[in-house]
Amino acid sequence: MTNLTDLGIAAIRDGFKAGDFTARDVASAFNEAVAGAKALNAFIVETPEIALAAADQADKDRASGSLKPLSGVPIGMKDLFATKDVQTTAASHILEGFVPQYESTVSGKLWNAGAGMLGKLNLDQFAMGSSNETSFFGNVISPWRRNNGDTAALAPGGSSGGTSSAIAARLVPGATGTDTGGSIRQPAAFTGISGIKPTYGRCSRWGIVAFASSLDQAGPMARDVRDCAILLENMAGFDPKDSTSLDLPVPNWEAALSTDLKGKRVGIPKEYRVDGMPAEIDALWEQGINWLKDAGAEIVNVSLPHTQYALPAYYIIAPAEASSNLARYDGVRYGLRDLPDGANLQDMYAATRAAGFGDEVKRRILIGTYVLSAGFYDAYYTQAQKVRTLIARDFDQAWETCDLLLTPTAPSAAFGLGEKSDDPLAMYLNDVFTVPTSLAGLPAMSVPGGLDALGLPLGLQIIGKALDEQTVLNAGLAIEERAGFTARADKWW
Amino acid sequence: MSVDHATVRKIASLARIAVTDDQVEAMVPELNNILGWIEQLGEVDTSAVQPMTAVIPNVLRLRDDVVTDGDVRDAVLKNAPQAEQGFFTVPKVIE
Repeated sequence: MTNLTDLGIAAIRDGFKAGDFTARDVASAFNEAVAGAKALNAFIVETPEIALAAADQADKDRASGSLKPLSGVPIGMKDLFATKDVQTTAASHILEGFVPQYESTVSGKLWNAGAGMLGKLNLDQFAMGSSNETSFFGNVISPWRRNNGDTAALAPGGSSGGTSSAIAARLVPGATGTDTGGSIRQPAAFTGISGIKPTYGRCSRWGIVAFASSLDQAGPMARDVRDCAILLENMAGFDPKDSTSLDLPVPNWEAALSTDLKGKRVGIPKEYRVDGMPAEIDALWEQGINWLKDAGAEIVNVSLPHTQYALPAYYIIAPAEASSNLARYDGVRYGLRDLPDGANLQDMYAATRAAGFGDEVKRRILIGTYVLSAGFYDAYYTQAQKVRTLIARDFDQAWETCDLLLTPTAPSAAFGLGEKSDDPLAMYLNDVFTVPTSLAGLPAMSVPGGLDALGLPLGLQIIGKALDEQTVLNAGLAIEERAGFTARADKWW
Repeated sequence: MSVDHATVRKIASLARIAVTDDQVEAMVPELNNILGWIEQLGEVDTSAVQPMTAVIPNVLRLRDDVVTDGDVRDAVLKNAPQAEQGFFTVPKVIE
């Protein structure tokens, strides 16, 4: 019999529907994989009983002929989504023990579609990080190792590092991620999986712990493009509870998947050829260009002249929004309270936040507070928002001559834990290719393209026009078919 | 622009985060490193550019002016570090 944990979302859905196995068999197999992978630290909370309950319901629904789109499919949930009666922490100490009394819109949609929850996945604290080293609950370890005998623990990327590690290790067939500056795409690239950040406003932000509200967007991560399309269909949709939710129908992305790119023009932005990028990544990019040509696309050179200013603009805008969003953690309504002897209310706020936030979170709150403070607001924040307009305009101008863009996802393969954690700037630079898209609110996805000389996965990023997830998915699928990426991490955990 | 010890203490106080002397000592060069890098935005000519307000054109919707929730006191208080008699409690704020 097939090893059930080797199946992806579509294969589980279809095999379950066809009667090849029961939903309980599937949930049990993944529960066992999760329980046996503590060394990866991908989960903050495991919920095997919830996965089994959903599976039993799916088995009943199959018997009664009332299957739902994701009946029989167990998934992981990034611990940034509020889940009713299940601890939700954003990987922070300040929310440790917080048990939401409500369900986030996106997770609720997935459960209503029949999916079951295997557990809450670890992440960078408040989604702030690119290596999953800022979690209060410990580092997530990538299942991948270098092929030169070096057993150094590698970063699974971040912030959705628990998600990427769990999918790559086949502990879950797919899971949710969120992307503020690359937190779906960069971890997907580091672990040889796929992930898509849809257009800003496609997925409701209601019930997702807020980091930078003008950038935060949920999206799926899975082993292949089709599985991403299936999950995204069941996550997206208008939600009156989110004022920036787009009131548009959800396309049938899976049904419309096509690898025929005839008539599509693929832009290659010259500013993404950065100094010091490994030759292997450049070579993979060339390969990707050839794959898309082979699929019928025309290649055109484009320019996105303000690319170099995207990261500094992001590191003003995101911390500014974070400093405002994280003001809610005050030790009064939920989460941690630290009340030193004789402390007044102000002392309690300051002590609680000092004890509850990690170093990176504090760093960003302080930067955000500074750039928003009187006398500096225009020089920093207003200037960054103007540069953001120029970055979005760059993309608009590119769309005059192309329909999508192809770039590498990240400037390097996965790095070792601890290699960049002492240097915040070096860590920030890892998001150089993903941040511009976030600032412009555009859909973008990462798909695995190949391995570097050390046997580590490298990803290609496809960026599309606003609301054109279909072309992004189609180009991703065209690359997936041609790359034939089947490598997986050897089990050591 | 760069920050000194006094400025770091000031913004930490504005952000309601208690900091020790050692932490301030460590944060000054760290924040200056990041702020120095951000300075490059000053090179961009933005004199004729409007600041971004929405990445995807969208209208702010109005909903009917009706009560949509309520009667959930226990759920609201469920995660409070300290709740008494149906209220959140805090240290005394009035002498």
